[in-house]
Order: sequence, then C-alpha cells, then structure tokens
Amino acid sequence: MAELVAYIVAGLATGAIYALAAIGFTLVWQTSQTINFAQGEYVMLPAILILAAVAFLGLPVWAAAILGAALFVVVFGLGFKLAVVDPMIRHGVLPLAIATMALAIIMKESAKDFFSSEAQTFPSPFPAGAVDVLGVSLSLQHIAIIAVAFVAIGALQWFVTATRTGRQMQATAQNPGVALILGIPVARMVMLTFAINAGLAVLASVLISPIYLAKFSNGDVIGLFAFIAAIVGGFNQVRGALAGGLIVGVVDSLAAAYISSSYRLAVPLVLLVVIILVKPEGLFGRREERRV
Amino acid sequence: MTTMSRARVLALGAALALTAAMPGSAQERVKLINVVELSGAGATAGTQWRNGIDLAVADINARGGILGRQIDIVHYDTQTNPGNTRAAVQRAIDEGTYSVLGPVFSGPIGASMQIAQRAEIAQIVGGEAAGLTRQGNQFLFRTSLSQAAAMPKLATYLKDTVKASRIAVVWVNNDFGKGGRDAMLPELQRRGIQVALDVSTEQGQADFTADAIRIRNANVDAVFVYLNEDESARFLLAARQQNVNKPMIGETTLLGARVIQLAGEAANGARGHVGLSIDAPVPAFQDFGRRYQARFNIASDHNGLKGYMAVHMIKWATERMGRFDRKGVADTLRGATITPQMEPGILITTKIEANGDLDRESFLAEVENGQQVIKATLPMINP
Amino acid sequence: MSETAASPVPAKASGLAGGLLGRLDGVLLTLVAGAVILWFLPVGMGRYGTYVLTLWLVTAIAVMGLNLTLGIAGLKSLAQGAFMGIGAYITAILGTKLGIDWYTCFALSGLACFALGLVLGFPALRVKAHYLAFVTLAFSTLVWLVLRNEQWLTGGTFGISNIARPTLFGLRTDGALAFHRFVVVVTLILALALWWLVRSPWGRAFLALRENPIRAASLGIDIRAYTLLAFAIGSAYGGFAGALYAPLVEFIDPTPFALSASFMLLLMVVAGGSGYQLGPFLGALLAVALPEWLRFTGGLYLIVFGIVVLLLLIVCPTGILGLLDRGWTALKARFGASDGSRP
Repeated sequence: MAELVAYIVAGLATGAIYALAAIGFTLVWQTSQTINFAQGEYVMLPAILILAAVAFLGLPVWAAAILGAALFVVVFGLGFKLAVVDPMIRHGVLPLAIATMALAIIMKESAKDFFSSEAQTFPSPFPAGAVDVLGVSLSLQHIAIIAVAFVAIGALQWFVTATRTGRQMQATAQNPGVALILGIPVARMVMLTFAINAGLAVLASVLISPIYLAKFSNGDVIGLFAFIAAIVGGFNQVRGALAGGLIVGVVDSLAAAYISSSYRLAVPLVLLVVIILVKPEGLFGRREERRV
Repeated sequence: MTTMSRARVLALGAALALTAAMPGSAQERVKLINVVELSGAGATAGTQWRNGIDLAVADINARGGILGRQIDIVHYDTQTNPGNTRAAVQRAIDEGTYSVLGPVFSGPIGASMQIAQRAEIAQIVGGEAAGLTRQGNQFLFRTSLSQAAAMPKLATYLKDTVKASRIAVVWVNNDFGKGGRDAMLPELQRRGIQVALDVSTEQGQADFTADAIRIRNANVDAVFVYLNEDESARFLLAARQQNVNKPMIGETTLLGARVIQLAGEAANGARGHVGLSIDAPVPAFQDFGRRYQARFNIASDHNGLKGYMAVHMIKWATERMGRFDRKGVADTLRGATITPQMEPGILITTKIEANGDLDRESFLAEVENGQQVIKATLPMINP
Repeated sequence: MSETAASPVPAKASGLAGGLLGRLDGVLLTLVAGAVILWFLPVGMGRYGTYVLTLWLVTAIAVMGLNLTLGIAGLKSLAQGAFMGIGAYITAILGTKLGIDWYTCFALSGLACFALGLVLGFPALRVKAHYLAFVTLAFSTLVWLVLRNEQWLTGGTFGISNIARPTLFGLRTDGALAFHRFVVVVTLILALALWWLVRSPWGRAFLALRENPIRAASLGIDIRAYTLLAFAIGSAYGGFAGALYAPLVEFIDPTPFALSASFMLLLMVVAGGSGYQLGPFLGALLAVALPEWLRFTGGLYLIVFGIVVLLLLIVCPTGILGLLDRGWTALKARFGASDGSRP
C-alpha cells in the first residue's frame, strides 16, 4: 500500500510537468482550433536560449533568463502568430498544424546545430533540498512545479472568467465573428493568447530543465505526453490540461511499476483511446457543437 | 595580426593558389566520407563521432596527410534512419570515398553494411551490438569492444568485486541497450547472479522517478545500468533523489566524463568497466581529451575516441600498404595488431580480429568526488 | 457546384470540382508520360541517384493512399507510417522466414492494412475530425512498440536484414536500375487504380463526402461505408508502399515507421496539394529528394528544409498544386474563359 501511494505521488509530481506543458495545447486550440505540434519544442527551446545567452553573450543567469524569455515570447509567441497563424488560418486548420510540424523541425535542429547536441545542466531557480511525501522524496524544484502548475491554471481560469480582457478573450475563442461584431478587438485577443502560451512555455522550460537537463530532443517526449494529457483532460478547457496531466502522470508511473516496462508507453495511449471512445471531448472538456 | 603573420598568410595563400593551379593536384588528396547520425535519436552519439573524426583529420593533415595526401572529409547525416543511411552510404561509394566511416547505431549499420561489402570497401563503424560481426562481412570493422566481449568482464566484476547475488538491470530499449542486456543476461546466469528486476526504459526518457522507486523497493545488492549518457545522468539524479543506496554498476556510458558533468554529485559511487575513456590512465587518451575539449568546448565520450581512431585505422592500413588501395584497406586491417608506436593516433594497442571485432586493454573504474578513478587494468582477452 | 463560405476548404474544393473534370486526362497523360521518363531517367545516374528516385516513388505510394484518406475523404490519419511498417514487416517476415514470394507478400500486406483500416475506422466514424487523428496517433505508437518489443517475430531493435528483391517473369530485380523499373511499373499501376477510383461513381461520392458530409447523407450516400472504405483503401496503399520499402532497403527496423514518419507523410500530402491526384508525387519529392539535394548546404540542411516547407505552406496553404491551380484559374479568368466565376 505504501508502495502504491509512493508511485501515485511520484506520478502526480511528473504529471504536473505534463500539465504545465499541456496548457499550451488548450490555449492554441481555443483561439485557432488547431494543434501546435511544436508544443514540445516550445518547452524545450527557452532553456536552450537562456543557456546560449549565458554561453555566447557571457550574461549572468538572471539577465540571460530575462533576455531569453523576452526573445522567445516575441519570436515564438507574437512572431508565430503574425508570420504563421495569420496568413494560414483562413485556409483551414490542417495546413497550420502541418506548418507547426515544420516549425518543430526548425526549432529542434537549430537548438542542436547552433547550440549543442548534448544534454546540458540548467541552474535551478530554487534551493536544493527535498521533502519526503508519503515515501517519495520530492525536491523543492518538484514542489515548485506542482505549485506553479496549479497557480498558473488557477490564474488563467480566473483571468478568463473574472476579468474584462479575459471574457473578451473567451468570447473570441468561442465565436470570433460574433466577437468582432460586439466590438471586441479580436486580433489583439488572439495575439494575447499566443503571448500567454509562449510565456507559459518559458515558465515550464525553466522549471523542468533543472530536473531533466536541457536537450534539443526533449520536446519529443514532453510534447507527446502533454498531447496525451490534453486529449485525456479535454482540449477545450484549460483545467482539462491540469487534470489530464496529473492522470497521465499517475498512469505512467503505475505502468512503470506494475506492467511490463517495455510496454509502459502503451498504457497512457490505451487510456487515450478508451477516453476518446467513451467521452470524445475529454474528461473535463466541453462538448463542441457540430459545425456543418 | 602582426606584419609577420600577415606575410605568412599571404605566402600561404600564394602557395595554395599555386597548388590549385598545378595540374593533377586533385589526385594529391584523398576523399573520406563519414555517414553518421547527426539528427534523430542518434544525434548525440553521432556528433561526438563526427567531432572525433574532424580532430583526427585535422591532426593527420597537419602532419602531412596520408602518404603525402591531404584528407578531404565529408559528413552525411543519416537522420538515424536505415533507408537514409543506405542512400548516404551508396552516395559515399558513388562519389568515390576511399573508405566508409560510420554509422554508430546498429540498425543503420545493418542497413548499409551490404552496400560497402558489395563495393569491397572497408567500413569502419562505431556500433557495439554483438550481431554485426557475426554475418561474415569481411569489410566491416569496429572501433570498440563488442558487447559480447565487454559483458563477461562486467559480470565477473559484479560477482568477484561487488559480490552481488541479486541485481536489477536497467537498460535503454534501443539496439545499444537491448544488445547489452541480451549479452549480459547469460553471463550473469553463468555466474549464478540472479536478475531480480529487469527494467526497460525508453530512449530519450526524461523522468526516472518511478523506475528509481521500483529499484529502491526491490531487494537487490546492485544495479546494472546500461543507458546512453544523457539518460544515465537523469537516472543517477533520480536515483539519488529517491535515496537508492545501492552500487550502480555500468559501462563507459555510466562512468564517462559527460555523465559526471551532468549528474554532478549523484554520479559519485558509480563504477564498472570502461573501454575507451579520456580519464583512463593512458597519456594519449588524456591528451586527446584535452585537445577535444579545447576544440569543441565539450568533453569527449567514447564515441569521440572511436571516431578519432577510425580515421587512424585507415591511415595506418594505407601507410602499411604504401599505396592507396580501397580493397587493400580491409585486407590489411583484418587480423592486424596496431600499437601506438606504429601509429600514434591509435592511442592504445588494438588487435583486429578476423571478423572485424577488436581486442584491447580495458579498465575498471569508479567515480569518486566527481572524478573517474581507474582501479584496475584488465588485459586483452586474446593477446 | 456552388461553394458556401462555411466550407473549410474553399480554394481547394472549387479547384477540384471545377478543374479536375477538365483535367482528368491531363492527370492520366502526366502519369503515363512520367512513368516513361522515370523508366529511362536513372540511366547513367549512379546507384545513389537511382535509389533516391525509387525511394521517392515508394514514398509517393504511401502518400497517395493518405491523399485518398485525407484529400478526398477528408479524414486525418496519423497512422500511414504505421501501415507502411505493417506492410514492410509482413513482406520481410514472410519472405525471409517462410520463403513466400514477394507478390503474395505484397498482396497480403495490402490486405492486412485494408482489414486493419476497417477495424480502426470504426472509431473514426464515431468521433469525427480531430479525434481520428488522436486514435491513429495512439495506434501508430502501439504498432511501433510491438515492432520493437516482439523480437522473436520482428527482430526487435536489430531489425530484419537480407530481404530479397522480387523477380519478374524469371528476371531478377537485384540491381538498382532493375528494381527501380519494377517500382515504376508498380507505382504506375497503383496510381492508375486510384485515378480510376476517383473518377468512378465511388470517387464522386468520396468528393461529395468531403465537401459536405451532411448534404452527402441527404443525397443518399452511406457516409459510414464510404468513409470506412476510403480509410481502408488509403491504409492498404500504406501497406503496398511498405511491401516495396522492405526489398528496396533490404533491411528494416522500427525507426522509419515511428510516429514521426506518419507526421512526415501527412506533411507531404498537404505540401503537395491535398486532394490533387498528382500532389503526392510533389509532396514526396519535397520530403525525400529535397533534403538529399540540400545536403550541399552542409550540416544545416534540415533547418533549410524546415524553412522551405514552412514558407511554402505560408505562401500556399493549399500546397504546390493548390498554388498552380489558383494561378491557372486566375489566368483563365483574366483571358476571358467562361468559368471565371470565382469570388
């Protein structure tokens, strides 16, 4: 029993990481009804940019972090929206999704060729130290990730329901046409969503990299798990990402413990298929009206 | 830039222009094509291998080339994909490479080795899977010990030095890890060591917390870790976090400089068998390690050393023949024993078996205070 | 056929509906002429060039299938790479272990993928649109896991080597050129079959389905059967491509059939021009030949490739043929053709 609890706690800690990465999927989905296949790379790249700023510009870590974060939000939040989403969104969601695949190749290969093909240590913003939680030793880093995941999702929920800008954003997400008629600055709202997505990716990157090391290929694994988490939780709800991330984390942890470990990856995928068959909109998703 | 050096540069430029203008100067160069994993799952290993080759080519060219000919090196990426590897090896041969260097992963090697064999061109690879040299290919050569040669040494170490009777095996489920595990299990069984826990992990896996807890809860004396470098570091970090207080035993990929750099304090106590290591008590290795670090700003792992020696194997064979002969390279290498006195770039005495396997001295090492410390030197298997 | 603004694929659809009928024989001519050119093209090209050409055609077969699934029937599948893997493994296992001749293996590969397509297609019918992508994504990864883990059958991570190439009327196709010509013939047959299929009443039903599923249903088209069939036939083409890939490389392991391969195949359909009969050839050319050609740019060739694809999609989201189609329509409108009724 104690063993089971330990696996669940470990899974929740890992799941919080997936959740943090999965929020981006739900945000982009809500504003553009598309899937950002570069989401894993979005979580990989900021850490690399920060390390590159330290290595090439000789900046102290805090300055590099500010520069890297700002650069990332401008290029991959605002720039992505202006240069890729805007010209393509009229042509349906598929070309845009494919374009994000190309973007993923560019981001991954650039991180590898211009920075390093090797994993790098990344400085932790939190002091060393660990807390024992029901048989699992969780570092302060891990606890911070869990806290940040909850706070970020809580804040986003609050933002979209309780603030004027947030409600405008949500209206834009639900029906851009009507929102425009109501006088909502739709373009600015969509832009804001992409900026928030990029900012959250920076946050996730800075939190995850001290534990997993920064490496160009990290996006593959994190992207896949975040994707599964978003589907399981429900693509059209921000809180779905949190629930999905935690569920996938726990399921993966239990699979590693109790099921043939070479088929470990199969378990979250089977869960995904079952959920799609039983509740296609995800456990916490909103049913979308069928559009003719 | 001083006047003196500028003059020298000008003179050099003039000399180069003169050489280029001379007829037949193209024949004064030798083309080597390296086909290796520079993207995809093998990119980390492949980049090290490429760096090692670049360093070797720079060294050889600075000392006058092979039989007076400068080497032109070309790198082709395989994307760690067998189909692309085959295309690239075919291209290398069509373009007249003198020998084929690479790849490093066994799958891509398997997809391309028949091409070099049909063309009767030596292929010097970085793969360690036991099966590669069991197919009767006379043109395939390794640059490191095969897993079939390394695992008995590790199993003996587990039994005699660690005195383990029940162990956990953690391996990465790619050709490297699976090959190592498959070669290790019968050796363990033969020595009466029981594998109580067999943990398969994914290539590129980020989170090892659940695996670490599983090992902590298992009743084992030691853990045999057979992962690639980056995953080894992640595993060691997770194991330390979860207080897994068991001896961590492994190969070069657990004890290498890269892992120590990444895992920091968590690497302390890891020990096992090391084939090619820049920390080995061989001055030539250490010197290589320093020059590699200076040039690429990163520590070399075993793949860097392998790439370096691959080029020097070709150089040695060619100089031994005294002429450029593609097929002759393979004939000369087969069955040869190369010492550092014969060819300094080989770094350590290397015996090439008839099937393309290698035999060398190797080392038992332990990580202490962030340094790999060599505890014993193991002799060659068939000196 | 009038377009409604709500249709997600307006440019493509009008191009097809308006242009395809007039251009059908153009497609046929291009296919046959292309096959003749490709038959002779590799002479004196070297084995590498020939190999890349052959790899392009084999990839194009898988893309053709996905083009039927996506471009014609409007289903997003992320499993085409997995179907290719299933075909390749069936061919390799039956050929090397049981000595079964290639033609039987080829047929079985297609058949197995067709059957699997039917099984996998049921969820596709229940949950439309993006959810099929999710189910097929899971399927792809599961297939890859089985290929890697079941070493007794598939050779696991070590793969299967020494896969024999087929013989035709007693002639061996071991040489690069001979096998290339063999693949040219098979590709032509498969492309003609699809050309016929799209032109047939079945094919028109497929088109109607993509343009407006609900209207298609009201016209008496059995959506369920047609969607399922489109997906299954498209998957069978993945199996056919795999059956050719195995003897081409003469070695297979699970890597080329991982999820990323399915992504790339989807990219090829869209970049070539989803829904256009010749689109798969252009898309596969882009993904197979362009990176090889870009090698002259050195180590950064994949970045250049990614940028080219990204720019291509930004400039023409309907793919290369979509752009040509748009240009052609504009030209016709300018020079007073009768069907210049574009908004």
